[in-house]
Amino acid sequence: MKSSNGKTIIFRRIILLSIIIVCFLFLAMFISLLVASFPSIIKFGISFFTGSTWDPVSGQFGALPFIIGTLLTSITALLISIPFALSIALFLGEYFNSGPISNFLSSSMELLAGIPSIIYGIWGLFVLAPVIRSFQLAIGVPPLGVGIFTASIILAIMIIPYSASIAREVIGMVPEELKEAAYSLGATRFEVTKKVIFPYSGSGIFAGILLSFGRALGETMAVTMVIGNSYDIPNSLFSPAHTISSLIANEFTEATDSVYVSSLIEMGLILFVITIIFGILGRFTIQKLSIKD
Amino acid sequence: MKKELTEAKLFINNIKDKFFTVLIVFLSIAMVIPLILILFYIFRNGIMAINWELFFNIPKPTGETGGGVSNAIVGSLILIFFACIIALPVGIASGIYLSENKSGKLAQIARVTVDVLQGIPSIVIGIIAYIWIVVPSKSFSAISGSVSLAIMMLPVVIKNTEETLKLIPLSLKEAAYALGVPYHRVILKVVLPAGLSGVLTGILVSVARIAGETAPLLFTAFGNPFFSTNLFKPIEALPHIIFKYASSPYEDWQSIAWGASLILVAFVLFLNLIAKVVSKKWKVKF
Repeated sequence: MKSSNGKTIIFRRIILLSIIIVCFLFLAMFISLLVASFPSIIKFGISFFTGSTWDPVSGQFGALPFIIGTLLTSITALLISIPFALSIALFLGEYFNSGPISNFLSSSMELLAGIPSIIYGIWGLFVLAPVIRSFQLAIGVPPLGVGIFTASIILAIMIIPYSASIAREVIGMVPEELKEAAYSLGATRFEVTKKVIFPYSGSGIFAGILLSFGRALGETMAVTMVIGNSYDIPNSLFSPAHTISSLIANEFTEATDSVYVSSLIEMGLILFVITIIFGILGRFTIQKLSIKD
Repeated sequence: MKKELTEAKLFINNIKDKFFTVLIVFLSIAMVIPLILILFYIFRNGIMAINWELFFNIPKPTGETGGGVSNAIVGSLILIFFACIIALPVGIASGIYLSENKSGKLAQIARVTVDVLQGIPSIVIGIIAYIWIVVPSKSFSAISGSVSLAIMMLPVVIKNTEETLKLIPLSLKEAAYALGVPYHRVILKVVLPAGLSGVLTGILVSVARIAGETAPLLFTAFGNPFFSTNLFKPIEALPHIIFKYASSPYEDWQSIAWGASLILVAFVLFLNLIAKVVSKKWKVKF
């Protein structure tokens, strides 16, 4: 009896220790990033965010072009993804919520979500980029094929399954009685969607969009392969650029002196903080929603 | 006059409704097209590159044709195996803690932490593993790659374990307690086996997730043109070799990248399929 009591105590300690490790993991990550980016923070201060030259040779590091590149790519991707994600969510959550077509569509979305980022990258580089190039030729912009626009399309395809699945879940949470009440007043399905489903599930859908935005911001490999690698501030949707993550992916192993490495780590820190803010915002919006029910 | 107006309005409403339905169906089905295109090109270009050499040879130096990705396949398996060894004990134990302590300050903090961990970009996790392991040991290594992958799989394992074990009914545990079974045996011999399918699904899904990760390996595992199984030396991985070869200007290398892509996609989708079968077949139902 005594020995099993001792084992129970050990067991309890082990699981307690694991959970403490998990909690500290996050804190340790933040502190490590902060410490490692200290040389760059001290040297550049706030000008790191406003500087637009990235010149390792002369030791000048400004992150502005890449912050703009990241935001532009992610926002464009988000705008492309919203109509599709909402349609899929309504299709699966309201219009055709059972049956073979619905099963097929939801399995397709699962497949799409399961495909690794690097596969999107190789497909984007060899299949999508030539298509975009001929499109650019047709409308008369420099036919590079790669650039912000191509990266946004790839990103949109990657985040649609994610935001659609969150939106589908919240749309499924709309009480039947509310919808039935509207139908019994003679409302059409479109009116029910517009006046009952969207107002009821709006904040949840918004949370899903926030979470997918956080995902788009940090996506690396697919973007790295099709973004076009340019250090200038992008001046159009078709220009080549760099996102924060693609810059880190391309230059980290080449960085030689400590300020260079530290600047790249500070970019990682920026990404870390931004994605955490979006993650927490999205999480709390969803949590509030589930408490309401 | 008034009646006509309402009829006209009804008509317009119906048209709007029909139009909206068609729009939704159209946009939804349109999203299947990229999936088909991606799978089609991976399969078509990949199958042309697949041969025995691809599976059993190591890469040839630049300029020579042929060569394979055997070192990357073995490297990926090693990276995944050690990531599991690091992440699974902590992940499953944390999942048990969270399912046992539904409220409580530590559990709340841990839940938020797990959610946040899941959202951290993989490239940042690569930097972390670089700071923690590559810098002190002064060398890129397989083990640093495994650590970064372990951090990536941790939240998925924790969440799946917690959510499954929460479903195990209290009566089952009470029955075991009533027989005088001590706490740790109740968890390990009753609760965990009853929720095995969910835990297993979590493991499979998380392995599928890390198998395709490239970004955290760029500056941890680093890649290696030779066959290596040494944990403390750089190692090649499938997604990494795809990145390297696809961005190269040589057509021969690009073709190998397609072949490697097909292997990777087949592996990842196969894992997802098994995960689905496991979670359906041994569903926790009480």
